[in-house]
Amino acid sequence: MSPSTDPDRPDPDAATLAPPRDGRPVSDRGDTVCVIGAGASGLTAVKNLREHGFGVDCYERETGVGGAWNWRHDRSPVYASTHLISSPPFTQFPDFPMPDDWPDYPHHSQLLSYFERYADHFDLRQHVWFGTEVVRVEPVAGDRWDVTTRSTGGYGPERTSRYAAVVVANGHNWSPKLPRYEGLEEFRGEIMHASSYKDPAQLRGKRVLVVGAGNTGCDIAVEAAQQASHCWHSTRRGYWYAPKYVLGRPTDQVNDRLLALRVPLRIRQWLYHWTLRLTVGDLTRFGLPKPDHRVYETHPIANSQLVYYVGHGEIAPVPDVARFHAKAVELTDGRRIEPDLVVFATGYLPRFEFLDPRILGDADGSGRPRLWLNAFAPGHPTLAVAGLVQSDSGIFTLSHWQTVLFARLLALRITRPDRAAAFAKRAAAGVGERYAGKVKDSSRHWFEVGHADYLRAVQRAMYDLEEK
Amino acid sequence: MSGGGERVRVLRGREWARPVRPARREVLSVLPELEQGRPPLLFVPGFGHGAWAFAEHWLEHAAGRGFPAYALSLRGHGGSEPAPEATLRAYTHDVTQVAAGLPRQAVLVGHGAGALVVRHALARYPARAAVLVAPVLGEWGTLGAALRRNPGGTLPALVGGGLRLSRRQLFSRELPDAEARRYAARIGRAGRRAQWQLLTHRDPEPAVGHPPVLVLGSPDDRVVPPAALTRAARRHGGAPLLFPGMGHDLMLDARWREPIDAILDWLEKEHTPA
Repeated sequence: MSPSTDPDRPDPDAATLAPPRDGRPVSDRGDTVCVIGAGASGLTAVKNLREHGFGVDCYERETGVGGAWNWRHDRSPVYASTHLISSPPFTQFPDFPMPDDWPDYPHHSQLLSYFERYADHFDLRQHVWFGTEVVRVEPVAGDRWDVTTRSTGGYGPERTSRYAAVVVANGHNWSPKLPRYEGLEEFRGEIMHASSYKDPAQLRGKRVLVVGAGNTGCDIAVEAAQQASHCWHSTRRGYWYAPKYVLGRPTDQVNDRLLALRVPLRIRQWLYHWTLRLTVGDLTRFGLPKPDHRVYETHPIANSQLVYYVGHGEIAPVPDVARFHAKAVELTDGRRIEPDLVVFATGYLPRFEFLDPRILGDADGSGRPRLWLNAFAPGHPTLAVAGLVQSDSGIFTLSHWQTVLFARLLALRITRPDRAAAFAKRAAAGVGERYAGKVKDSSRHWFEVGHADYLRAVQRAMYDLEEK
Repeated sequence: MSGGGERVRVLRGREWARPVRPARREVLSVLPELEQGRPPLLFVPGFGHGAWAFAEHWLEHAAGRGFPAYALSLRGHGGSEPAPEATLRAYTHDVTQVAAGLPRQAVLVGHGAGALVVRHALARYPARAAVLVAPVLGEWGTLGAALRRNPGGTLPALVGGGLRLSRRQLFSRELPDAEARRYAARIGRAGRRAQWQLLTHRDPEPAVGHPPVLVLGSPDDRVVPPAALTRAARRHGGAPLLFPGMGHDLMLDARWREPIDAILDWLEKEHTPA
């Protein structure tokens, strides 16, 4: 099948060519919007832009939808036992409910089937170019964008199309973040990043050190407790391990009940500490370090089993790693342990290799974009990033509203340019705003948002855009 | 944007904190023999009715014209799980659940109070289009008409009993008496709280995804006064399609073919690219 037979697809040989760029033809796609990535955030961008009347070309480097949540994808971080840590009301797209007979914490394969059904239900696949990766995204005059693509893996020629707007939805959980440790290169045992952890069989019978107390690190530590011959769990600090259920309900639902009643943060923190006291009690008794912060000040960890296995002696909590030796790992308290396998569950960093970092406000090259609402880049009114949030609940609800806001903004650029201009001014002024209470300063919390604070800000932006 | 004075609500803390309980739901369907790319229709019966009311004629007829046709029974109705304490929100949840479970983006067709449920569902599911058939949108005028025409069936509802609709309110005299009796015997009752919410509910939030909305009914409907039909249609920027001589239950009445054909004609016109 040749794409050039399809009138709805960009075609470099078409007559509607914009002035060539570096000698290569550019096909002008008119008012069409380009979406990069067909994961959760990309799909909802396609759906919401279509719903607001825009043509959409979505480029996806893989051959299926679902992005990170599609375990077949080589960049997918999911492992066999990955389950959601937020319950459906906080996870689903607000206009496409998950089946109500699903469990409170669905499995990743259920989530993938949800995204596939979303794509089929709204007929989104016809707008997606699978197996196509984006090489460059460059701004051109008139707030338009030249997007250069090629087949995934670098085969075939590059082609450039010009779009009215771009939504970047390439995900932020695929490029592993590996801290530097002295002596790591001389360590003779096996090391892996959590991104290549897929199955508990990888742990079976081994002496395993898991580094990192994110949700992934805690999951792997629990699996190591069940499968490995020994499990150490190294954390930088003490954390609050939230059980997945409190007071007989999923924890996030109880939390939002308090938020809906506008219970102040201090009281919620107190209630939380009190609930924990009623169940697991003082964690330092198990050898876990005392948290150096109050609850809600770091990204929440939802794991009922970690503390359970610590209490059964199946997980040995240890402090941070100081350095590696050939056969041993030295900890910051001077102890030496001898694991066969070290799993670094140390997280991921965002990467936008197709985009000049300055466009996203990353002037110092730290890799940290500076955006308003984690989505809008000052000076680039036709660019939005979707899903670049670390939420204390699900991300997809947030991506949905980000892309609805962007679609409405694009529509108003045509009918009410004055309002779009006011929005741009607001975006420039709002860079650096935070949508969470005080959090620990760490690259883990670059994109940390409280879902209620964040959605309130998006709602206000939407009302400001459309009223007055 | 159609309907609703309120603005779209992004923060839904109360809804998230207390999800509606799942319930077993009856869904009947008749599918066309050949997939013709037409959107699926989801029929939502009004209070007291179940999916059976559409299974009598309309499902078959719609499928015959190439539309995959589905009808659900709201919880507590027809073959769905009993739910005496159901609320309007639970009914709305039933509709969005079934709609999102269909293979393609659906057209929601609500009859009677089912039309009100559909209007609420439109704020939580981007339907391709919506059709409100003899809509009972919970206005005091409708209550007045019901009290005048059927005081015996309506008064108990006001004090917590079931709302009972009489045969003569629902069907025209053209429908043979035996059939009218048979249908009337199948009519159940909605949840007490949901019944009250017909009067006390808040105006639905605006519909998502700008669906076109068609309103139709009968000027001789003895449940929905003609003025209410006009108001409902005007809210969505149009005029009602009228089928004189028919009762409230347009899908069961003797001339059931006319309104369903009008709905399908409208959908075909709406979805032919201009």
